[in-house]
Amino acid sequence: MTHRFIPRTLVEEKEMLQATGVERFEDLLPAIPAHLRLARPLDVPAAQSEMALSRDIRRLAQKNKGMTEIVSFLGMGWTKHFIPAAVDSIVSRSEFTTAYTPYQAEASQGSLQQIFEYQTMVAEIAGTEISNASLYDGATALVEGLIMACACTKNRKQFALASNLNPRYREVAQTYSASNGWTFHDVAWTADEGALDRASIESVLATNSGKIAALVVQTPNTFGLLEDLSGLTDLCKAAGAVLVVVSDPLANLISDPPGAFGADIVVGEMLGLGLPTSLGGPSLGYLATWKKHLRQMPGRVVGRTVDAEGKRAYCLTAQTREQHIRREKATSNICSNQGLMTVACSVYLALQGPKGLEEVAEQCMTRLAYVRTGLAKAGIKPLFAGTPFQEQAFRLPSGSRARVEAACRTAGLLPGVWLSDLMANVPSETILVCTSETHSKSDLDLLVSILSSAGGAA
Amino acid sequence: MLHDDTGRTLFEKSRPGQRGTGEIEWDVPRVGLDTLVPAKFRRKKAPRLPELSEGEVVRHFVNLSTKNHHIDKGFYPLGSCTMKYNPKVNESLARLAGFTTLHPLQPAETIQGALELMWRLERMLGEISGMDSVSLQPAAGAHGELTALLVVRAYHLSRGEDRRKVLIPDSAHGTNPASAAIAGFECVTVKSAPDGRTDVEDLKSKLGPDVAAFMITNPNTVGIFETRVEEICAACHAVGTQVYMDGANLNALVGITRPGDLGFDVMHFNLHKTFTTPHGGGGPGCGPIGVKSHLSAFLPSPRVENHEGKFTLAKPATSIGPVHGAFGNFLIMVRAYAYILAMGPEGLANVGHTAVLNANYLYAKIKEGMSCKFDGPYMHEFVLDGSPLKALGLHTSDFAKRLMDFGVYAPTIYFPLIVPEAMMIEPTETESRETLDRFAEIFLEVLRECKESPETVHSAPHNLPLKRVDDVKAAKDLILTHPFE
Repeated sequence: MTHRFIPRTLVEEKEMLQATGVERFEDLLPAIPAHLRLARPLDVPAAQSEMALSRDIRRLAQKNKGMTEIVSFLGMGWTKHFIPAAVDSIVSRSEFTTAYTPYQAEASQGSLQQIFEYQTMVAEIAGTEISNASLYDGATALVEGLIMACACTKNRKQFALASNLNPRYREVAQTYSASNGWTFHDVAWTADEGALDRASIESVLATNSGKIAALVVQTPNTFGLLEDLSGLTDLCKAAGAVLVVVSDPLANLISDPPGAFGADIVVGEMLGLGLPTSLGGPSLGYLATWKKHLRQMPGRVVGRTVDAEGKRAYCLTAQTREQHIRREKATSNICSNQGLMTVACSVYLALQGPKGLEEVAEQCMTRLAYVRTGLAKAGIKPLFAGTPFQEQAFRLPSGSRARVEAACRTAGLLPGVWLSDLMANVPSETILVCTSETHSKSDLDLLVSILSSAGGAA
Repeated sequence: MLHDDTGRTLFEKSRPGQRGTGEIEWDVPRVGLDTLVPAKFRRKKAPRLPELSEGEVVRHFVNLSTKNHHIDKGFYPLGSCTMKYNPKVNESLARLAGFTTLHPLQPAETIQGALELMWRLERMLGEISGMDSVSLQPAAGAHGELTALLVVRAYHLSRGEDRRKVLIPDSAHGTNPASAAIAGFECVTVKSAPDGRTDVEDLKSKLGPDVAAFMITNPNTVGIFETRVEEICAACHAVGTQVYMDGANLNALVGITRPGDLGFDVMHFNLHKTFTTPHGGGGPGCGPIGVKSHLSAFLPSPRVENHEGKFTLAKPATSIGPVHGAFGNFLIMVRAYAYILAMGPEGLANVGHTAVLNANYLYAKIKEGMSCKFDGPYMHEFVLDGSPLKALGLHTSDFAKRLMDFGVYAPTIYFPLIVPEAMMIEPTETESRETLDRFAEIFLEVLRECKESPETVHSAPHNLPLKRVDDVKAAKDLILTHPFE
């Protein structure tokens, strides 16, 4: 009956039953009708020692081809960056891992101050005033942003959605739209640059006048290109809508952040900054906004205050928005979020500082430029002109995909995301290549050589 | 003290020009940001991020960490949160490069081990719960609730029924009504009976062809089993209403009974409660949902399929679609899988068994001092009625703060709403008898203080890094980021 995780000897068990006033354990279960009790052992594998189960799980890990074995140029919001050892050292501390949501402030100042600092850094990066304590991932952060936009516009339920939005995010928003009665109107991209088509925005806003809750755009967009956000808030204001921007936090280091353009709600994925890609989870969604929208903001938020002696202190605050107080009138149903991931991200951001982050951004962009130059020599051009950040869509000659895939398999390389698998209206041989500081020159050369030979003009 | 930097932030320690990482080597030609980024895009004002050395950053966070109470340090009887020991092997296995370096858009043939783990974990959770199919995608319990309600809605719509109401007991977690509202439903409250269980007659009077689901926590939030569960499920099923079990309290049932056998159609699990994955100071969680076969077709996509040992991803046309950008919190699934392997059938049976014994044992030791509003025996937790404190000029919040002076965390307080001055205590199965005995002594000692020196309790805590934190001021001032000026 004893187990290494359950400190109970048979003698103790007997004495504890007696102290409880019953003879047998079953006497504690009068509320469960006997015929509803499980009369057999659960059909799960027999208990394993730590050694045996570790072997079993290591075997499963080895059946995967991770980025230690494969050179990968996959991105689309889940970007691999180098993580300094200090990050895992801090994030492994059980003071952070095995604490609960910091309800009791006096015994949780560590987590609370860390979240406060994280909120500050997110707001600084996004160029807004405030941020919440985290959301699950970029896609669900977008959904929360949409729910918030409805609340900011007296419950409007329609959206002008950029067609060059991350298709995975769009799909998740679609799942939620059914129950919320949301309608999405597509904003087209321009034929030459793949960028937001201003005329299309104006037309969607005009056609659905008085109904659009938010214009939703993404920068860098799904083609990897920076969007010009200037003037968008004016268009939104005129239509009584808010501006929601999905934004890559690292790109915000080198380009003016959405907040600088007055975006009302900025959402996205922090995963690359201190977190491994981990099959996409645990991820780290963020949502940054302004004080004027605080009452509509989802999720936890930490505020600074003082203790009874006037010493600086931190605690969860503005809780009257939240489910445990407001129940069905809450701004969101979120409870557990991604707390520990904000520790990893905070340590990463603090180590890098503004200079380190800008340098990582420059490394990513430079490596992409190197690939672009190499591919151009083989006549492979970007799908669109524009300013790429660390990702760019390239158009390979039609019919070359099978050759490229075969060559990549042989070489142990994942060349990028085949965009037409996820999006309509993109040519079938379009590949989205994501580079980061983790790619060595030889990784880049390998990619260029494979795409140039297998993907070059037949 | 040299490092007594109470509350001083990274930003106040920052000094321009310092950094905690080294410059990365340039093995490709550096062309410079001015060339790469047109002036119209360039960021004009750099974010005010901290500038510190690696050692300073590490010391900052290590010092912060010491101000947290946590399960590795001491007892954490936070009711409904199942703060049990988190095995260390789970942590090391979740850090294997074969898991952490995977990308969600990799071809299925390159992530066979991950898909196999998910496929197996789905079936283990199905067996433990008596459910036919499981989706691991929801990232937390509340996300599971929401996903499950979307599944229920899709099911009803597939039968041509646009049911708009969800019934929820007055004792429910706040996430239940919040999830129902986000899923587009109207919430109707069902009363609790005098014994703390669902008022079945009130439920029946509110059931009808417009009710999509009844959401119920079992054992419920006062720690007692819903004895009339079969009758409840039958009444719901008679009008086509789906019965949802909030699995927050599943720890009490493991190996004792299974939600699927009780008649529930759909439920969520909290891997970060029952299955020992760490809470992380507020996540990441993992909130899988389990459903009976009639709901399986609607589960979120992608679904992992097993074709004789070859694992693939499918997108059934009937699926509600994805609820997460990737697969959910995958590394949490690795931890839960490791835990189930460590437990085996006997170990799992021991979980529910010892969790229930510990709760009843602890209650027996403290009931002389303070008692529950509703009669036991209890399952994995019990909820004390703290209203006697009021006669002493005290509140449950005072009592909770004073408990923390003795090196334990506070119980969940002021929840559920149907118990005045509620104090919800969940010891879990991983606490030793010695810990339970010591906690009972502390509890009774604080109770004595309430009578003999109420001011000590009223002004608690006294032994923590801070005195009582002024949350009213926090809500009034709303300082939510560091004020740089």
